[in-house]
Amino acid sequence: MKLKKIGLALLAAGVLVTAMPAAMAELTFPMLSYRTGPYGPNGTEFADGYADYLTLVNERDGGIGGVKIKAPECETAYNTEKGVECYESTKGQGSLIYQPLSTGITYQLIPKVTSDKIPMHSMGYGRTSAADGKVFEYIFNYPANYWDGASVIIKHLLDENKGDLKGKKITLIYHNSAYGKEPIRTLEELSKKHGYTLKTTPIEHPGQEQKSQWLEIRRDNPDYVVMWGWGVMNQVAIKEAGNINFPMDKFIGIWWAGSENDVRPAGEAANGYKAATFHGVGTDYPVFKDIEKHVKGAGKATNDGKNIGTVLYNRGLYAAMLAVEAATTAQKMHNTKDLTGAQMRDGMENLKIDKARLEALGLPNFAPEINVSCANHGGPGLAAIQQWDAKEGKWKLITDFIASDREVIDPLIAEDSAAFAKENNITPRECK
Amino acid sequence: MFYREAGDFKSSYSADQQTFPIRLDRQVVWGILAIAFFVVPFFINDYWEKSVLLPFLVWAMAALGLNILTGYCGQVSLGSGGFMAVGAYACYKLMVAFPWMNMFVVIILSGIITAMVGVIFGLPSLRIKGFYLAVATLASQFFLVWLFNKVPWFYNNSASGMIVAPERTLFGMPLTGAESPSWLTYLFCLTLVVVFAFIAHNLIRGRIGRSWMAIRDMDIAAEIIGVHPLKAKLSAFAISSFYIGMSGAMMFAIYLGTAEPTEAFGISKSFLVLFMIIIGGLGSILGSFLGAAFLTLMPVLLKNVMVNGLGWPADLAAHIELLLIGALIMLFLILEPHGLAQLWRVTKEKLRLWPFPH
Repeated sequence: MKLKKIGLALLAAGVLVTAMPAAMAELTFPMLSYRTGPYGPNGTEFADGYADYLTLVNERDGGIGGVKIKAPECETAYNTEKGVECYESTKGQGSLIYQPLSTGITYQLIPKVTSDKIPMHSMGYGRTSAADGKVFEYIFNYPANYWDGASVIIKHLLDENKGDLKGKKITLIYHNSAYGKEPIRTLEELSKKHGYTLKTTPIEHPGQEQKSQWLEIRRDNPDYVVMWGWGVMNQVAIKEAGNINFPMDKFIGIWWAGSENDVRPAGEAANGYKAATFHGVGTDYPVFKDIEKHVKGAGKATNDGKNIGTVLYNRGLYAAMLAVEAATTAQKMHNTKDLTGAQMRDGMENLKIDKARLEALGLPNFAPEINVSCANHGGPGLAAIQQWDAKEGKWKLITDFIASDREVIDPLIAEDSAAFAKENNITPRECK
Repeated sequence: MFYREAGDFKSSYSADQQTFPIRLDRQVVWGILAIAFFVVPFFINDYWEKSVLLPFLVWAMAALGLNILTGYCGQVSLGSGGFMAVGAYACYKLMVAFPWMNMFVVIILSGIITAMVGVIFGLPSLRIKGFYLAVATLASQFFLVWLFNKVPWFYNNSASGMIVAPERTLFGMPLTGAESPSWLTYLFCLTLVVVFAFIAHNLIRGRIGRSWMAIRDMDIAAEIIGVHPLKAKLSAFAISSFYIGMSGAMMFAIYLGTAEPTEAFGISKSFLVLFMIIIGGLGSILGSFLGAAFLTLMPVLLKNVMVNGLGWPADLAAHIELLLIGALIMLFLILEPHGLAQLWRVTKEKLRLWPFPH
């Protein structure tokens, strides 16, 4: 067919423009971000935090072990096909770690990163059973995964009800995608254990139309509503909850449903809304002074530092910090400044961050201590609950870091990872 | 001067009825096929395979299917995404249930299953026409995506609802999964597309294709002269869904490796295929390929030019890409409403006369 001529012409044109210069002794942390598309506002804040922390390390410390960090950004718009394209185009540049910030793209890349030997960090999202390091050698999801999050939310509700949830009704509203469906099995197991009734209500992507689901919730009158949403679904859900006068302090979202973009549109009505989180909130940490001085002051802040201090900015910062610490660990372990993907993976698997290290980094009490091991790629599994104060326009932590119910979660992780291993003919590796 | 039918005498019916009667056409097509089959596999790498060639081949197959239905038979259909989903899930269930089955057979069987589903959703076409049929097929799109989200049997009860293609081999080498060499997946998809494009071209030129075109042009007149509308319309739906189902199976098993119904097969994909055939040219096999190339490759080319070539920030490039694609679509449709294939036809007409102006 004649079309092949056009294809070849495009091929030639593409070859001319995709020639990349060779990287010179740099550590490459590619950013698969989404600043456009339906989740753009959230993705922008996360990407800003990630980029700013890497800039800070470059400016303040001269890089990791003296080697500067390069962070090429590739726009995925949360689209799986673009995510694959971004991965394929950046993997040849000596990429050390991938953080796609999208459960769909994560699932897509799991077999690819394993085969290309580049570690992937799906921090608090992605495939939950990747916490089983024996099966998922190159995938990490510390410090907490969705099942931990579900369990921590239930534990918080238990604390509020003096340890007894028997007879209570909990409704889960979730984004009808792989991401939203993740907690269902865990919440069902926990409902058997604690005696509450669980109802699940899916909301079709993107979630702008939720009136019928919330009318149903008003009819059912559950005691608590738990939300697994992302993007515009969160805003609309909180507004609708306000419309039906649902008590906001009985409405808890997962950590991806707890950012300023979700609560600000509802104004005063969102006061008291709770969400889970696995790190601290606000700018009350010494590292932000460094960011003011070295990044924002030097004019290198992304988006002029507009998003500094928001929940997702802090999360991006945390993700970048974990990556930099893992790279430092890898450099020490292998006694080299330039790293390969496999060495970075070793660094991630032996990552240990204790209270003292957090303080040295300027983030005291920002997050729980982290201890990654060969068998446990999911970290401590601790999360806290934060609450929105609409008057002050701030999130405040209202609990300490709570541990999840490992008794329920560990068997589920083992079961899911065993199913994955069987489906893909993976022999779980031995862990010392 | 060099592109002419004059002096090219045929001495047998088969020579006269061949697909490309003009010698230069034949030589060019054989040349392109030779390069595609024997030269490209040596130069292909993962990026070219996953971001340029496989999307092009997968969407070309889908565009072929929809062109048969909308371009040749005149039945507007917005259900392409749903049918691709049927193909993908059929492929998944077949791969899991029959691990020994050859991938070619799996893809073709997925296409056949999709054809059967397509016939069912094509039944409204016997009563309604035009935009109303488009709405009825829209129902199929939403219903099928809802079905694959709702019924756990389709995704083998996995916790996330995503289907993952297990690793299968072809001639001893992995074809699906992350270990598959790029030249193998490329050749697999290329073989399927070339073979079925050839079959489509011949279907169009034969009795069935003519009955479709008769229905498209004036279905009442066609019925009067003896074209059976039930057979013509349902066969169009069946064959079109067969192609679209194969495209969905290829997209899931070979190109992406995993799929989630809402994201991978949503309404935006239905629109994408429809735009491909409109821009490429309704009622033209070449048009399906041109439209698929335009809508899958242009964004990648623009992104590479803007981000890698000009160094612009990624989000600015993404916004400008949307603007540019939209502007280019409008430009093409204003300059040539019959699509890129018509531009090519006009070029061929002028080439026949060249170097004379008329």
